[in-house]
Amino acid sequence: MNNASLELNIVALAPAASMVIFALLVMAVDVFARGTRTQPVRAATPWVALLGVLVTAGVCVWLLGQPVTTFQGMAILDRYSLGIAFVVLVAAGLSILVSARYIPRVNAQVGEYYALILLISAGMMMMGAATDLIVVFLALETFSLGLYILAGLRRSDAMSSEAAMKYFLLGAFASGFFVYGAALVYGATGATQFEQIAAMATNPATDLTFIYPGIALLIVGFGFKVSLVPFHMWTPDVYQGAPTPVTAFMSAATKAAAFAAFYRVFLVALPSQQAVWGPALATLAVLTMTLGNLAALRQSSLKRLLAYSSISHAGYILVGLAAGSIAGVEASLFYLLSYAFMNIGAFAVVTLLEKQGEMDADGARLRGLGQRKPLLAAVMAIFMFSLAGVPPFAGFFAKFFVFAAAVQGGMSWLAAIAMLNSAIGAYYYLRVTVVMYFNAPDAETVSEVKSNWPLNVGIGVALAFTILLGVFPSLWTTLMESGVVTALALR
Amino acid sequence: MFDYAWLLFAFPALGALIILFLGPWLSQKIVGWIASLAVLSAFGVALALFASLYALPEEARSITITYWEWMTIANFSVPAAVLIDPLSIMMAIVVTGVGGLIHIYSIGYMDHEPRYQRFFFYLNFFILAMLILVMSNNFLGTFVGWEGVGLASYLLIGFWFAKRDDQYGWYADAGKKAFLVNRIGDAAYLLAMFIIWSSVGSLTYAVVEETAALLPTTTLVFITLLLLFAVSGKSAQFPLYVWLPEAMAGPTPVSALIHAATMVTAGVYLIVRTGHLWDLTPIVAQTVGWIGILTAFFAATLAIVQVDLKKILAYSTISQLGYMVAAAAVGAPGSAIFILVAHAFFKALLFLGAGSVMHATDGVIDVRRLGGLRHKMPQTYITFLIGAMALGGIPLLSGFWAKDAVLAGIAADGAFLIYSVGVVTALLTAIYSFRAVFLTFNGKPRDMHVYEHAHENKLIMVGPLWILAFFSITIGWFNTPFALAMEEFLSASTGHQEHVGLFLELVVVTISTIVSLFGLLYAWARYIRGEHWTLTLASWFAWLQPALDNKWYVDRVYDAVIVRPLAAVAGWFARVFDPKVIDGAVNAVGDVTVDAGEAVRKLQNGAIPTYAFSIFLGVVVVLIYFIFAG
Repeated sequence: MNNASLELNIVALAPAASMVIFALLVMAVDVFARGTRTQPVRAATPWVALLGVLVTAGVCVWLLGQPVTTFQGMAILDRYSLGIAFVVLVAAGLSILVSARYIPRVNAQVGEYYALILLISAGMMMMGAATDLIVVFLALETFSLGLYILAGLRRSDAMSSEAAMKYFLLGAFASGFFVYGAALVYGATGATQFEQIAAMATNPATDLTFIYPGIALLIVGFGFKVSLVPFHMWTPDVYQGAPTPVTAFMSAATKAAAFAAFYRVFLVALPSQQAVWGPALATLAVLTMTLGNLAALRQSSLKRLLAYSSISHAGYILVGLAAGSIAGVEASLFYLLSYAFMNIGAFAVVTLLEKQGEMDADGARLRGLGQRKPLLAAVMAIFMFSLAGVPPFAGFFAKFFVFAAAVQGGMSWLAAIAMLNSAIGAYYYLRVTVVMYFNAPDAETVSEVKSNWPLNVGIGVALAFTILLGVFPSLWTTLMESGVVTALALR
Repeated sequence: MFDYAWLLFAFPALGALIILFLGPWLSQKIVGWIASLAVLSAFGVALALFASLYALPEEARSITITYWEWMTIANFSVPAAVLIDPLSIMMAIVVTGVGGLIHIYSIGYMDHEPRYQRFFFYLNFFILAMLILVMSNNFLGTFVGWEGVGLASYLLIGFWFAKRDDQYGWYADAGKKAFLVNRIGDAAYLLAMFIIWSSVGSLTYAVVEETAALLPTTTLVFITLLLLFAVSGKSAQFPLYVWLPEAMAGPTPVSALIHAATMVTAGVYLIVRTGHLWDLTPIVAQTVGWIGILTAFFAATLAIVQVDLKKILAYSTISQLGYMVAAAAVGAPGSAIFILVAHAFFKALLFLGAGSVMHATDGVIDVRRLGGLRHKMPQTYITFLIGAMALGGIPLLSGFWAKDAVLAGIAADGAFLIYSVGVVTALLTAIYSFRAVFLTFNGKPRDMHVYEHAHENKLIMVGPLWILAFFSITIGWFNTPFALAMEEFLSASTGHQEHVGLFLELVVVTISTIVSLFGLLYAWARYIRGEHWTLTLASWFAWLQPALDNKWYVDRVYDAVIVRPLAAVAGWFARVFDPKVIDGAVNAVGDVTVDAGEAVRKLQNGAIPTYAFSIFLGVVVVLIYFIFAG
């Protein structure tokens, strides 16, 4: 933790490095496959990528333990960064499973897809590990640029290209604000490292005039990435236009990464200004969840529905930050993890409802699904109930912990609004189940579902954890606390 | 025996799993019996637990069994544990006992139902969730059960989702309404739980009970007010009762089990379980007493004018729940549980009787088309009459003792105003109970077609009626004013109740007797004899007719204050906030305005400058805030 430490501690970067290595491996396999024109080799790319995810997860488990800083305090490996790494890995792993048979239908360049997923994940992990504004920015751009490409993966599709373009232009716009905010904070404190910023901000000799506009612009930058209202407008269009597995990945992993840095910047670098940013974030949280929920009430496209739902979830998670406590951080981490499982699960089901050549499904496809495909409908219903926050599924405890943190942090009013919102939100999740079970099947209904085993495994895993984290939520906390191999961790 | 308490949950869970996985290959009868046996086995376990508990000395009758540490996050931990004490075991016996009988009845009632696997799966799932609700030793576990029973209720109300009629509209919508109204109550429950946790540091009932006295009054008032909201959602009290009448869209056994005997009493259970909190906040407790008794009164006035037999019973349930809630809040928790138990038997009996009528008349349940059925269905008639007598408070039946215990408890507490409203309600109760009987079974048939087709049902349906009728008569004898056996047993959980003096007791009993007999007399004179004086008496209240026809305008107020504004706001967002919305398959809150401002659409349809402008506006606002706040 000592800033003067000149040790590199490069091993702290092992998770991200492992992802990059596997990304290179995927590309190599792809190139090799192109040369030989052998289909089996090319088909191996997702599995190489998945192996990368699993190996990295193993590395993360191995590294659990004492916090280690690296590059003279530019980044840190601690419980929190590893927690975010796990969430990103979950999202990447599940998305790879969902993509395995989906992406070849959309774009022939299979290899670069998986390599990009891994590289993006590496950037996202760095978001969780960064303890310096410059590293945050680098990580932000690393994963954003990759995502712009993935959103437009289906080049022949106008909506996909439009989505990519929109995401890119608006993302660049928002990044500009972020850099400007970072610059202003640097201008006020003369530091980019979080702990130094915090030290300067509490120093009575510092002139803090510039720090407040700086904070405001940082909020805009992060707000764009996690889709807070009013910086959210890209979300439904991009979510709808991007290939569904990409949307699934984005919705869970981007949120995790952006919230990770958001939390660390505000709680480590700027805690002394909490009296100012606390109410602002609380207001944004209220706006975000309310508007997200209200807009979701009227959607008929399932992907847009889930997009607005993801906006409202961003609002709920922000409640944890507004609370500004350790409990809030732990709660948000649990939220992000649960959200990854249940939301990717829901998107995975959506891929099954899409017809040939489509990348979205209308709610009408669900009519009477309970009769046509009872198992699929039951799975979807569980994801919906979990998203709505019904116990005993993961989504319930996610909300529970976050709202409880808000009450404990003296923000009962915020928790009350959030709970009323989740009551409104229940309506549209419920609508999905109503349509599946309480409508008769008709011509629109999906009658044939072209499933495949990687997708089934993905849905199965997502389902298992959606339930497991609800029945044994302590699984996660125990994992994070025990630090299985502490003895082997590096000092 | 307590080591085997987990069997209580294992049996219904096993039943549900068997039906889920093997159901498609089993016949309706077998599935029905598997489900019934699962519940009856749980009933056996509950009885055994009761016996073991009874064998213990009174002060030792509270056993906690911890299964695993449910969750630990930060410094917060909740166990997955059950609490076996007189209160929880009494609830478990009612849930599994009445539940078991209703399961058996359902085998007969649902004999033409193609989706019987699903039905019995839901029923077993419900029993499991209800047991979790009453057996948990902490607020969180109860909440899991609380949501579980809500889910089961929603699924079962909308069981015939494809049906639609003038009574209920789409049956699926009735289920949705129940779910959403309950979500409001659930949100309040959650918030109460958070406040308890942040102020007490634990969610275990025992710990909360010990530390509650140390909390500041404002905190306690907040907690109890929020719990009040939760209770009014689940137990159908004002202002959240509106879902229950529509819940009658579900199959009749469901109405009997969930919407009369068990689930709706969960709120009463919660008040009794957290009685110490209410004792510390007398103001809120008084409010609850009033809410309960006024709900009882207004629901009773509505029960009198209903023409649908099930709706009469539904409003009657709301009314009886009002008694329970009032008693639980106003220092008579033992009596509240007593009437809860008695009510579970006689109301389940009445609902199953109504179901028996429905089964025989091919679904006709409108009392204006019935009449004279006692000749066709003598057994249903006699059992239904017993149920109505119990409900109407005819002396010596269970309802009489129960209502007497409640009213005496309220009077002994000094709440004479509440007591007098309770007496008036008792009169109304007697009138509507016998009105239901007389219009259905006595007099001349009003619709010969229906009458001709009616027939008595098979033993599998009539049998449970007789068993319930037996208990509707006798259950009260366990708790007569001079031998309060049940309340004594419960006092280990509820605390000792103020003893009612002999003089007061005699006065209350006398008044109750007179009131119920007068109600019987009036109903007999009016609905069988058609005597003139009854009509004159009724005409004094004719000015209330419009209000009663409109259910005291409550639904309209909700429509105007909540539903319409919300629909309008959502519609506005659909147009302005999100131009790409296409309202299609999934039905939305309100009506759809398809042509939604083409100009706005063009301006915003994916236009990047607009989005950027939105971000820019946000930037300006946030900047202004930070510059001025900083």
